[in-house]
Order: sequence, then C-alpha cells, then structure tokens
Amino acid sequence: MKALEAEKPMEGSLTAASFYGEGGRFRGLWGWILSTDHKRIGLLYLFSILLFFLTGVSLGFLMRLELLAPGPTLMKPQTYNALFTLHGVIMIFLFVIPGLPASFGNFFLPLQIGARDVAFPKLNLLSWWVYMAGACLALLSLFTGGGPIDTGWTFYVPYSLRTTVNVPLAVFGVFVLGISSVLTGINFVTTIHQERAPGMGWFRLPLFVWSLYATAWIQILVTPVVGITLLLTLVERLVGVGVFDPAKGGDPILYQHLFWIYSHPAVYIMILPAMGVISEIIPVFSRKRIFGYKAIAFSSLTIASVGSLVWGHHMFVSGQSDLASVIFSLLTFLVAVPSAVKVFNWVATLYKGSIRLEPPLLFALTFIFLFSIGGLTGLFQGALATDIHLHDTYWVVGHFHYIIFGGMGFAFFGGLHYWFPKISGRLYRKKPVFWAWVLLFVGFNTLYFPMLLLGWEGMPRRYYDYLPQFQTLHVISTLGSWILISGLIFMLGNLLYALFRGGRAEANPWGAATLEWQVPSPPPAKNFETVPHIDRGPYEFKSTGSPSRDEKGLPKG
Amino acid sequence: MLKYGTFVKVWLALVLLTGLTLSLAGRPWGPLNMLTVLAIATFKSGLVASYFMHLSYEKGLGWLKGMILGVILLLAILIGLTFFDIAYR
Amino acid sequence: MGGERDEKGSKIGMWLFLLSEILFFGALFVLYGTYRYKHPLDFHLASADLNRILGALHTLILITSSLTMAISITALRKRDRMISLLALAATLLLGLLFLVNKGLEWSVKFGHELYPNAPRLLSRPKGEVLFYGLYYSITGLHALHVLVGVVLISIVAFLVVKKRIDEKKMAPLENVGLYWHLVDIIWIFIFPLFYLIP
Repeated sequence: MKALEAEKPMEGSLTAASFYGEGGRFRGLWGWILSTDHKRIGLLYLFSILLFFLTGVSLGFLMRLELLAPGPTLMKPQTYNALFTLHGVIMIFLFVIPGLPASFGNFFLPLQIGARDVAFPKLNLLSWWVYMAGACLALLSLFTGGGPIDTGWTFYVPYSLRTTVNVPLAVFGVFVLGISSVLTGINFVTTIHQERAPGMGWFRLPLFVWSLYATAWIQILVTPVVGITLLLTLVERLVGVGVFDPAKGGDPILYQHLFWIYSHPAVYIMILPAMGVISEIIPVFSRKRIFGYKAIAFSSLTIASVGSLVWGHHMFVSGQSDLASVIFSLLTFLVAVPSAVKVFNWVATLYKGSIRLEPPLLFALTFIFLFSIGGLTGLFQGALATDIHLHDTYWVVGHFHYIIFGGMGFAFFGGLHYWFPKISGRLYRKKPVFWAWVLLFVGFNTLYFPMLLLGWEGMPRRYYDYLPQFQTLHVISTLGSWILISGLIFMLGNLLYALFRGGRAEANPWGAATLEWQVPSPPPAKNFETVPHIDRGPYEFKSTGSPSRDEKGLPKG
Repeated sequence: MLKYGTFVKVWLALVLLTGLTLSLAGRPWGPLNMLTVLAIATFKSGLVASYFMHLSYEKGLGWLKGMILGVILLLAILIGLTFFDIAYR
Repeated sequence: MGGERDEKGSKIGMWLFLLSEILFFGALFVLYGTYRYKHPLDFHLASADLNRILGALHTLILITSSLTMAISITALRKRDRMISLLALAATLLLGLLFLVNKGLEWSVKFGHELYPNAPRLLSRPKGEVLFYGLYYSITGLHALHVLVGVVLISIVAFLVVKKRIDEKKMAPLENVGLYWHLVDIIWIFIFPLFYLIP
C-alpha cells in the first residue's frame, strides 16, 4: 500500500503560512525577482542553475553525437570548437561555481545558523541580478560580433587575442559573473561571523556551513585575479596594451599563471560545498554523530589555503621552469591529504551506524565512490612524468568529469533529494529515484570511464577528428551519454511530479538534528518564531526523536 | 579616541616618508634600493591602515586583521611561486 | 542593538571587499614584478620618461585627501557637521585634482605618441612597451577607482547634508572612507614602482 497516495496534497495551507505566501512588498513575479528573502533568492538561483545545467547537458549531448565517428559527422570543425567552449563556460561559470553556495547555501545558511537572513539581503539580490546579467552577456556573445567563442573555456592567449570570434563580450560576461561570486562570498563570510544565533559557537556549526565559509574566502580572494586577467585580455584586444602579446614582449605563460591562480581554487569553490552536503547527509542516515567533526571543519580551511598554491600543475608542459613544476607537483600531492581525511571520516561515520539507504544517502555514497576515482586519477596528472603523457588528453577530461560531475553533480542530486521536503513541503516517491540512480550510475561510468582509457591510449582532448582505432570507445561513451541523460530526465521528472502531486512533508521527515529541520516545511518567511538558543551540536540525534517516516515513507508511530 | 591631532601627525609622517622615498630614488644601491623603497611604502600603508582606517581602534576584529596579513602573505606567495617559473626557465 | 551589529557587519563587508580589491591590483603587480625582472634596463629607461615631481604631487594629493577624509569622519562623530562637510568637500576637490593631474600626464604621453599600439611606442625595445602597457593598465584602473571614489564621496556628502548620515548612523561615510584610503594605499605603491625605478 502506498502511504503517500493516501495523503492528498493540500494546496492552500501549504503556501499561505510559508515564505511562498504573498506578504512582501511586491506581488507575483515581482515578489520573487525583487525579493530580498534569502529563501526566494536561493530558489531563483536554483531555477537558473538548473536551466543552465540542462543547457550544458544538451551541448554535451551534441558533442558526443559528433564524436560517434571520426571526421565530420554532424557539424563543421568551427561549430565543434564553439560547442566545447560553450559547454565548458556554461557548466563551469553558470552551473558548478555558483551551484551549491548560491542555491542551497543561500537557502539554508541562515536557517542552519539560526538567523533570519544573511548579513546583506539587498546585496544578495544584487548578486543574483549580476549573475543573470553576466549570463545574458555571455549568451549574447553567441549571436554578436564574430560569433560564438572557440578558444576553450580557458581563453588562452595568444589565440584569444587573435581569433575573430566575439571574445570581448564573452570574456566580459565571465568578468561580470565573477563579481556576483565575490559579492556572495562577502555576504557569507559576514553572515557566518555576525549572524549566528546565541549559543551557536563555531564548533556547533553544521559542516555545510564550515564548507560555505571556506568557499566564501576563496571566492573573495582569488576571483579578482581572473577578473583582472580577463579584463586585461579585453583591453589588449581593444587597445593593444601588450601585456600578454608575445609580439610586444608579453609572456603567454604569465596569462596561464594568472588564469589558473583563480581557476584551480575555483575547483575547490565547486567541491567544498559539495563535500559539505555529504557531511550533512551521512550522519543523518547513519543516525550517528559525524566522526572527526573538527578534522573535517579544519580540512575545509586547509583545502582552501593549500589549494590556492597548486595552480602550476595545469602548466607542467606549458614551458614553465622545471623547478616551478617540481614545487607545484609536491604541493599538489599535499592537497590530496585533507580531502582524504574527509573520505576516511565519512566512512568511519557509517561504520556501525544505523544505516537507512534513502535517496540522499544513495547519492552521497555514489559521491564518495566517483569522487575517489576522480581523485585517484588526478594523482597520475600530479606526477610530472606521467603528466607529460596524459596532459591535454581525454584522461584529463575523464578525470575532471569524475571529480566535478561525479563529485559536485551527485552531491547536488543528493542535496536536492535531502532538502526537497524542506523547500517544497512535499515528499517524492522513492522507488523512481532508485531506478533513476541505476540509469545515472551506469550511464555516468559508461560515458566517462572510456575517456580515461582513450586518454591513456593518446586521444587528445578538444579534438573534432580522431584516428579510427579510438572509435569503439567513443561510441561506448556516447551510448553512456544517452543512458545518463535518460537517468537525469527520470530523476528530475520524479521531483517535478512530486512538486505538484507529492504527499505533505512535515518538519523533520529524516530525523535530522540541524536547525532547518526544526522549522516547518516549507519554512515561514521569518525562519524562526523566536530566535533559537543553541545548546547542542548539529549531529546530536538522541534529542531530536526518531524520523517521522520509515523507509517505505509510511508515517511511524 | 580619535583626535584630529593624531591624524595630522600621521599625515606629516606620510609626507616626510614620501620625501625620503624621493630622495632615495637616485642613490645607486642596487636591489637594496627597491627593497628600502618598498619597505617605506609598506610602512606608509600600515600607518594609513592603522590610523586613518581605524584598525588600531577596532575591537573584536582580530580575525579580520589576521586575514589582512594573510592576504599580504598570499600575494607574496603568488609572486614567489610565479618567480620560481620566470627566474629559472 | 541590531543597529550596532548592522554597523559592524557593514564595516566587515567593506573590508572584505577591500581585500578583494587588493588581490585585483595584486595580480597587476605580479605582472609588473615579472616583467621588471626580465627587462630591468628597459624599465629603468622608460621610468625616466615619467615626471617624478608630478608623481610625487599625485602622492601628496592623495595623502592629504586621506587626512581630510579621516577628519571628516571624526568630525561627524563629534557632531561637527560643518567641519565634516568641509573636510568632505576638500577630499572631493583633491580627488578631482588627482584626476586632472593624471589626465594631463596621460595627454602629454599621448602627445609624444606613446599611447598603446602607437607605432612610435612599438618601435621601442620590448621591455619599454611592456612598461607602458603596465603603466596605462595600472594607473588607468587606479584612476577609475578614484573616479568611483569621487562619486561615492559626493553621494555621502549629500546624505550628510540631508542628515541621513549622522553620528549614530555612520556606516556609509565610514565605508566610503575605508574605500578611499585603500585607493590611497594602492597609489603609495604605484608611485615608487613606476616613477622611481633606479
């Protein structure tokens, strides 16, 4: 018997008392796009990033179609170059980097620390508008000037100085997106320092908050470096100043240094909040306090700091000095340590816990598996000798998709399924999630594992054409993309269905101990009736009572 | 307590240090020249930050002051690591 | 209570923004350091082109404007609105003077056909071309920040006149002050690095 069907979704009462209700200064759509409520802004971001994610997926789908056969299959080489550039730019700057902090971070940070909102609510709204402006500028560059950029998402000089496509507008769009990121970072650091509820000491903060804190610092400090670099590229194209142009004495490798000084820490902007989500999910579904709370908290800070010093590992074959390469390689191996600390502590939390394999935990476990593969493949690149063989091959493409998609992507899915009841006030059906997961898992590995093999065999990345011996693996990979995409459709479809037809969710269906679960689902506009006083840690389950629903979704007791 | 007099004294120090920097510029001391000049610039910035920007008078912002030093350290490391490339090619 | 906490939060926010600005300019200094290391003589020669007295004048203008800005804030704390506004006006004027000065300097260089991409500039050794590229980029970006500062000072001056800023609600004025002082600090480094290369 399906308990969820016995409960009819209740329309009016769901929205009226929550933050969805009309009651602010503006009504209707204006009430959303002009709202300074962190929950509404979080949802604006969530909607936007999902949109851009699906756009990026479609681009990837087309790329994989083209790669079914060597030579021209569906499109001209120039089109393919534009596709992979856009796929990268959209996925990285419009989906993964804003991703978790802007959506779940915005929605849950104040709730988890017992605050009514972030420190700068108006700045928060501005962040979203700036983000959308940057997105529009970048998309506008597709249809104006010389057309869509073909430089790869890394915009390396001197090609980006010479190519006739619309580099200036695209690069300016990315610059604007960077501003949005800095503003979010400033907001979060200030919020975490200033807005914690009484009794919420630093070591009672949920680990998701710790991860957002470390991430926010990275956003504030290194985003400006890529900002000025892109601005310089823009100015060089328009006015000819000559700081990067070899014809004027410029050093293109310096561009790479400045670019990667941001773009490597940027991957920690991508992964730290994802790890934060995992740290939230694992204790709840093992019903056990997290193992090594302080180690995990400090590992986030360590990853943020040491991770800012390893950028040269993207440049081992660029022409940089051997001495620099050796130093960067050493630092790169060091930064793997705090990540490993997290993985060990998650596993130790699970050990002898009371495990409930609900959808969030399923995704969290998948994260650990896929992220570990991605991380281990990274070691081959961090070692100088093997990197010479693997650099700019499909091995790298496989590596970063395992880490970013297998990592952040699956953490994002986990977060979606964990926090869905809280955000929407509804429950989704669980069986479809398991089926979607099968498609996702099989599809993901079929799509990306062959890339590791292709790279190992020497297939270069960003190549439109390839030798016939690589075709089998490419075909398998493309098949994987179709399976993966059907999994995505199934998973998102299930959630969409639940939005309209799902059963009613009460405050704490999972039996979690962090503050967001102590308020109704969805939360009221002001978050808390009265500002809470905190007297226990975020993973103390004994006093929160057991989860109100069992594994089949039936109400207990 | 912020006093006008303190600010004027700081201003005077800044003006004098600028003059000092100017006079040092012509001396043939090699790399020591640049280091001294940068040290003076750093000291001047410290004066502006401590007095004009009130950092000496702020309470409870120890973490922020720590991060300011952290940022300077970060910049130094960025320049340093890049230097390991440029100087050793 | 909330008001005080908001003021402190606002100050923290501005400081964090300033940290991002330090890195923003910092990257340019990374470029400077690298290219100067590679072309020490060219940088020295190109630097000699710049007018040291004018550069020192720039520095004095900004240092003095920092003084007047600090005075303005203290005055308002002591509820001396008149002095505060006068000091703000002085800051504004000095800021504008800086921009005029900078504009003159640039126009002189342009007059000598040493603007970016000018054939005359490109015919010079690579190190000098790089020096000028960095010179225009850094002083240009800095001047842009001064311009923004001038606008911000005008706005807070207006708010002080309208009594929307007073000794109990000072955050906007103090924050603009912080911004302005950073603009001064950045110039304190630009001056020796570009005008005084031995």
